[in-house]
This record gives sequence, C-alpha cells and structure tokens, in this order.
Amino acid sequence: MSILDSLVRELSAGRIRVVDLTQTLSPEFPQISLPPEMGQAWPFRIEEVSRYDERGPAWYWNNFSCGEHTGTHFDAPIHWVSGRDLPNNATDSIPPERFIGPACVIDCSTQAAKDADFLLTKKHLLEWERRHGRIPARAWVLMRTGWSKRSIEPVEYQNYDETGQHTPGPDTDAVKFLVAERDLLGFGTESIGTDAGQAYHLRPPYPCHYYMHGAGRYGLQCLTNLDQLPPTGAVVVAAPLKIRNGSGSPLRALALMESGK
Amino acid sequence: MLDKPKRKNPVLRTRLPTLPPAARSRAALGLTAAAALGRFELQQCRDCGTVQYPPREACQQCLSIHLQWHPQSGDGELLSSTLLHHSNDLFFRERLPWRLGLVQLDCGPTVVAHLHGGVPPAPARVRVAARLDRAGQAVLVALPEKETSNMADDRQLREFTCDPKFRKVLVTDGKTAAGQAIVKALAQAGAEIIWVGYAEPWKKFSGFDALSKVSQVSLLPLDVTDSKNVRELAAEIGGKVDILINNAEHHRAFGIGNRPGVETARAEMDVNYFGLLRLAQEFGPAMRARGADGLASAAAWVNVLSIYALANFPPHGTFSASMAAAHSLAQCLRAEMRPAGVRVVNVFPGPLDDEWNQLLPPPKVAAAGLAGAIVGALRDGVEDVYPGDVAQEWLARWRDNPKALERELSS
Repeated sequence: MSILDSLVRELSAGRIRVVDLTQTLSPEFPQISLPPEMGQAWPFRIEEVSRYDERGPAWYWNNFSCGEHTGTHFDAPIHWVSGRDLPNNATDSIPPERFIGPACVIDCSTQAAKDADFLLTKKHLLEWERRHGRIPARAWVLMRTGWSKRSIEPVEYQNYDETGQHTPGPDTDAVKFLVAERDLLGFGTESIGTDAGQAYHLRPPYPCHYYMHGAGRYGLQCLTNLDQLPPTGAVVVAAPLKIRNGSGSPLRALALMESGK
Repeated sequence: MLDKPKRKNPVLRTRLPTLPPAARSRAALGLTAAAALGRFELQQCRDCGTVQYPPREACQQCLSIHLQWHPQSGDGELLSSTLLHHSNDLFFRERLPWRLGLVQLDCGPTVVAHLHGGVPPAPARVRVAARLDRAGQAVLVALPEKETSNMADDRQLREFTCDPKFRKVLVTDGKTAAGQAIVKALAQAGAEIIWVGYAEPWKKFSGFDALSKVSQVSLLPLDVTDSKNVRELAAEIGGKVDILINNAEHHRAFGIGNRPGVETARAEMDVNYFGLLRLAQEFGPAMRARGADGLASAAAWVNVLSIYALANFPPHGTFSASMAAAHSLAQCLRAEMRPAGVRVVNVFPGPLDDEWNQLLPPPKVAAAGLAGAIVGALRDGVEDVYPGDVAQEWLARWRDNPKALERELSS
C-alpha cells in the first residue's frame, strides 16, 4: 500500500484527525486597526447577490470583500519591507510544498492568562525543547496562548487600553533563534498579529514581522484550536489563495494529527 | 402642555399614513422652497412693489410678470377664526376639529392660516410663518404674537413639525463629539429613547461613560458598512424608531493627487453613501408604515451631510464627492418617504471643529452648534439646514452663482 493510500485509509478510519485551525470569516470578527490617517485593511463584508428571489430565482450566493490580512490569514515575506526583494516571496510564487510542515506547539496559555503582554523568549523555547525534543527544520512553530477563546468577545480579543493593544507574542531573540538556529517555516499565533500588541516598542519594531519575513519565513495569525494539538506530531497545511504578488491571504488552516496522541 | 402619550397597545392596528393636499403650481412651490429653509417669503412685484398671496404668475395689481420671492415679516392681525368639524379630506378628517383663521398681514395680503392653540380669539396680533406639512408642501401657520411656554406641544403645530419630545430616536454614531452633542440635545428635548450606535466596539471611545449615564440612552454596536449589522439592528428596533439621525461619517482631507489609490475614497463612499443606502433600505420600510402612529409617530430622517455636498472643496475632494453622492441619494429617500409623511431633513454644516478639519481656520461648527441646529430643524419643521457661518456664506454664493463658487473654491 502506498503512503497516500495509508493516509486516506487512516483518515477515513478516524485514526488521523483533522483539526480546523481557522476562525469563521464574519463581519463581526475584529480586524487589525492602524492609526486612522493610514491605509486600512478591509474587514470581512458580505453582500447577498440573490437568495432564490427576483435577483436569481433558483440560487443563493454572496459577494464578499476583505483584506489580504483579514480573519485567520497567512503572511508572505513580501508583506514586510525586510522581505520585499526576496525570491518567491509572494502568495503566488511560494513553492506549494512550503505550505505543509510539522507543527511544534509551544503552550504559553498559563503565562498569557496572567500577562496579556507576555513575550515568548529563547529561554522558553529551549525549555520546551528539553521536554519535547529539538524543533525540526521547516516546522510551523505555533504559539498557543488561549487567545482565540477571547474571539467571541471582540473587546477582549483586541484588548485595547489607552496605551494601545495588549496581546502576547515573541520577543526579538526568540524570533532570531527560530530563524537562524532552527530554520523554521513560519510562526503562528492566536491573536491578530504574529507580533505582540506592544511590539511597536521592541527593537526593531515588530521583530517577528521584520526577521521572519526578512528571512523568507511565513506568518499565520488568528489561529484557533491550538489546544487540541499535541506539542509535536501534528502536520499543518496552510495554503493561502494564489493571489498574484499577494502579501498574504485568508486561508483554511488545517492540522492533521493521529488520534489518541 | 402635551402629556406623555400612553404606551402603544401592540395588538391594535397601526393606521396608514394620509397626506394633506399636496398639489401645487410651480409658482406656489416658491413658498415651499423658502419654508424648507425655515424662511417666510412671499412674491413681491418688482414694478409696483405689491406683496401678494397666494402665489401667481403675474402681479394682481399691475399684471407685471417680474415677481420675486422676498423675505416678509409674518406679523399680522387675526380677523376671524373658525373651528372645522367636518372635512372630506382624509388627512383632516382624522384630525378634527381643526382651527383655521383669516389673517391680515402687515405687508399686505390677507391669508388663510392654520391657528396655533395659543392664538386668542379675533381680533388679535399673530405671527404667520410658513411651515412644511406632512406632504412636504408649505402651509401658513399663525402663532401667538409672543412665545408661550410649551408652544411646540400644540396638537396642530406638531402635525407640521418633528419635535423629538416623546419620540424614540436612533443616532447612528455616538463615537464623535458631534454624535455625543446630538444625543445630549435630544435628551434635553425630551426624547423618550435614544439608541446610539458605535462602530468597532473594541475601541473604547472618549465620552462612552458619559453617554451610558444618560438615562434615555441605549448603546448598540452599529457599523453602517456592515449590511448584516444594519439589517439585524433594523429587525430589532426598526419598528420603534420615530426619528433616525444618520451622522456616521468617514472624512479624510485629500484631493485626487495627494493620496495614491482609491482606498480612502472608497471608505468615504462606503460610510457616507452606501451607509445611508443600507440604513434607508433596512429602516425605511418600518418608518414608512408608522407615519401616522399617533402623537409619537415616525416623523423624520436626518442626514448629516456637508456644505461640500453642494460644491467640491478640492482640499477635501473625495470627501466632497461622497457627500454629493449622499445628498443625491437623500433626495431619492425624501421622495420615497414623503408618501408616509416622514420628513427627510438634510443638514449641510460648514467644517466641523474636529480632527479631520484640524488645518482649516475658524470659524468651524462646534459639536453643540450642530446638535442645536438639528433639534431646531426638527422642532421648526425645516427640511434643509446650513449650520455655521461658512455654510451660510457658501449657500448664499452657491444660490447666487454656482459656477462662480466653483471657481472661487478651486483657487
């Protein structure tokens, strides 16, 4: 039996589970906000074309609009100025095999529950490796914070106060370590950015965007259900829409995992 | 003084709206055009100076066709009055008895006018004003010579106005200083319920706590760019909204050349034009059905536009264009709401004293000034309002010569 035959057999037998890492696209889902004088990403919007009515008697369909960075989405290297001149840096030119990779799930939910500004450090990553083994090359490193559970309440999810947004993310050293010493595929988070809410104040500002994209790596944001994944052993399939020269796209991010693990 | 209307029995039939006689000659529409701005103007002969009423094609004195509309004092003497107990007109039949009078105006003509309840029996000094009736046409109303307390509560006068007192109002954007001032003015004017929308609920705005302390206020997430949100809110409260004030606005200070791309202009259109369209499609039908729903019927729809809707102000060029589009749509809405007797009030303020007009020199319209103008227009039954010195001055220049204004604004 071929490997793919075994894969589909295990899938249909339920021994391989598919976990949906995607938030539902809806107009209520909060989008990234920039200072109001800057250009803005569109939130998700949907308009009915027809619904079995005079606009189209036997069919229902909608038009939707959104930004490349709306909902659960993929960030391509071209998104950031540091990755602007890299080869294969956009949604249409990234080799498709790079959308699939093993997942390393770093559980930071306890720390993030206590401190919304929690920063994942290199020390945390080394500690994780002591327990779960070395992060393999070309892995999706996913920061599990429990933040996705706040998405039913957009105020909690965005978590703004008078000093701006407060959401967890990686610090500069952790990002540099993952890129330079672990050769990861990309970094994923449950909050609206791969960077922390206060990452504007880190050096450089938004280090995860800066170093990750500067080295041709990817980002996944607004992920959910990371608490269903094992620390290692799951495989993530995260393919963005093939937008010409796209900087990213909403996507259906899926994880495959063996049941009982 | 008007008593608070009893709560509506929700199982009783809501009567269909009827309108007073609406037919007017083109000459007579001059009276309506002035009344829409809150002015009392009559035809005056350029050749012999005679002031005449009703409006005609020629001077009743010298047959000259050189007639001009001029502001007139409405002061006059009530000669006689009558209380109507019967009418074949559906609108008045449902509102009997109805008091009418004959007034000799100081400027000349004798007119038939609706009488305010505070006007004493003839002979008496009165002030005659032109008001728009439910059909949107000008009629003459005789008011007591001096302001009396609770004048606006008069049963007959209330048929010509959209007083917020005891009415339920939706203000679409409570995030801005202007929105908050409008809410405050409505609360002071005696509105019964004030629903206040706010977009992007995760961003707490300054003034939120003060707004939520106003006893009539209910804060609701409302983003006029989200059709689903507008539809669901209309389903929830649309059947109770008597006055809708759409002040949601997206405003950036760009022309064509100094902002690459269309994203900013599209965002302005999405809020200023499509936002109005979404609200009109979702809230319009229920309001039209309640045009005659007792003392606190659906009465008015207010659009906060901009004086830039009349003529493009190039430094804010794309915003001006979106407001011109909204103005055009508001005229369509006015035509569609009129059969129900629901008045569409368009407000054309000069630049507001807000973030996006930071670099414009004064005079700018203060939030409280805009709010006062809106409540004033609802009380006085005015249809087009131009708050602020800039708006008044532009309006005068635009009426005089729109082409000249275009040139002046582009230099």
